[in-house]
Amino acid sequence: MAWFRKKEAPKSPDPGEERTVRTEGQFVKCPKCDALLVKGEIEDNLNVCPRCDHHMRIKAADRLAMTFDEGEWEELDSALVSNDPLNFVDTKGYDKRLEEAQKSTGIMDAVIIGEGRIGGHSSIICSMELSFVGGSLGSVVGEKITRAIERAIEKKLALVIFSASGGARMQEGAISLMQMAKISAALARMDEARLPFISVLTDPTTGGVTASYAMLGDLNIAEPGAQIGFAGPRVIEQTIRQKLPEGFQRAEFLLSHGMLDAVVQRKNIREFIIDSLNFMMRNS
Amino acid sequence: MVERRMAPGDDETMDEIHRRLKESEAANLTADPQPPGVWERVQMARHETRPYTLDYIKLVFTDFHELHGDRRFGEDAAIVAGIARYHDEPCVVLGHQKGRTTRTRQQRNFGMPKPEGYRKALRVMKLAEKFNRPIFTFIDTPGAYPGIDAEERGEAEAIAYNLREMAKLRVPVIVTVTGEGGSGGALAIAVGDVVLMLENAIYSVISPEGCASILWRDRAFAEQAAKALKITAEDLLQFGLIDKIVPEPQGGAHTDHEAMARILDKHLSEALASVKGLGEAERVGRRYDKFRAMGEFSER
Repeated sequence: MAWFRKKEAPKSPDPGEERTVRTEGQFVKCPKCDALLVKGEIEDNLNVCPRCDHHMRIKAADRLAMTFDEGEWEELDSALVSNDPLNFVDTKGYDKRLEEAQKSTGIMDAVIIGEGRIGGHSSIICSMELSFVGGSLGSVVGEKITRAIERAIEKKLALVIFSASGGARMQEGAISLMQMAKISAALARMDEARLPFISVLTDPTTGGVTASYAMLGDLNIAEPGAQIGFAGPRVIEQTIRQKLPEGFQRAEFLLSHGMLDAVVQRKNIREFIIDSLNFMMRNS
Repeated sequence: MVERRMAPGDDETMDEIHRRLKESEAANLTADPQPPGVWERVQMARHETRPYTLDYIKLVFTDFHELHGDRRFGEDAAIVAGIARYHDEPCVVLGHQKGRTTRTRQQRNFGMPKPEGYRKALRVMKLAEKFNRPIFTFIDTPGAYPGIDAEERGEAEAIAYNLREMAKLRVPVIVTVTGEGGSGGALAIAVGDVVLMLENAIYSVISPEGCASILWRDRAFAEQAAKALKITAEDLLQFGLIDKIVPEPQGGAHTDHEAMARILDKHLSEALASVKGLGEAERVGRRYDKFRAMGEFSER
């Protein structure tokens, strides 16, 4: 469409983690325990702090590389872009926000879809990019995930979704809200087709994403310490006018309340998925 | 204005429209000549004398028997559900319920359901499916309840599960947004074959106040946020997110409950008739296609 002109090819995503504090370029500081860590070492450790086990936020593309066999996958529907249907302007125009996010992340919206194999099982992974407008669920994310589900049904593939999102995208109004219904309806069909869907909730997964596909997996698993919830902590505090209990809305809190199948270390997620798919899929 | 909002095939409500047009023409000479602005609509949608679900049940349905509880944890008075008759036909009717006094507002939790409310709603909807009866739902909530206990019992899971299961229901589902369509807490009982929306109702991904506090970092910008979010029935219709706008009596639904109920009744009948005759598979397929088509994007 004419509204968006691509001046240069999008830069590939910066390696490493955006949300950690960089000191000298050689070191990163763990945002939880403040330990100064050598960058190469922490990357080898999948961006998990070796001191305190804090699971740092990582890029959507890294998830795909970590999960698919040989780190190989083919990207689907990468050319879908939002067209700012509401002409939404708050303190800044949504079109500007999109453009900046596209520049800084090198992707067109907040999810990357990849097709490949996991432990030999033909699969699709949808991996959300938190640094793209808060990983929010708008039309493009909704359409890409729905297409992924429909493709999985058609080709009898397994589906894995890595969620990392603040929820529905306010700048697309009720159109965003309806993406929750759209994706959930597609998952209803996938469920009826008896195909596996594993939902992996990573830090953070909140709002409309939790209240739709992230909670609809045959298995719902989360990384340690991930913040997971429906309402934001500040909203709850304002509503009930009291402090929230320690560990509220963390993965372990949800596990103890029966809302997750398991909390799984990042280094074990691929193995967990493969064993699950071995259980769920026939003839592979 | 009024005609533009109406989809074709609305003949039976034309009397109402003509009456309303005449009245509004007369009113234009003396009173407010403009249709209500977005913020006025927000206030009307939240008006404390606006008809609530139980008012519509009383005025439009007969033989209502309320059914309580989710058979898992508890009862939630923020959603009412039950069996009833609609023009003699047995059906299920359910919706958010607000209170009008301090005591009943608290008892109804301001129309903000907890997980047990959504699970009760689905339980009763499955009852309708089992016995092949149509379902009517009414939407009027600021949103799902943001509280510790709701989170502990899986507010998100309850909403998500309803979204998935409602997409599969084999019986007709007729949804009406009557007041506040507050985000996921509204959508959790609003996946239907026909989605109607009252003229002065609102339907939004987030409350204007919530949006203002996040994007403007100040709730005082709620009015601006309300405009930016495009939350009126006209907006929703334009984006293909609802099927039809139900006109309200002059001055708004709160000024005349009976008149509002009569207008709504006509639209409910028409909506039910439009999907009742379809085969189950076709109806479920059309419902899927309807939500499947929602979204605005380009492919470059």
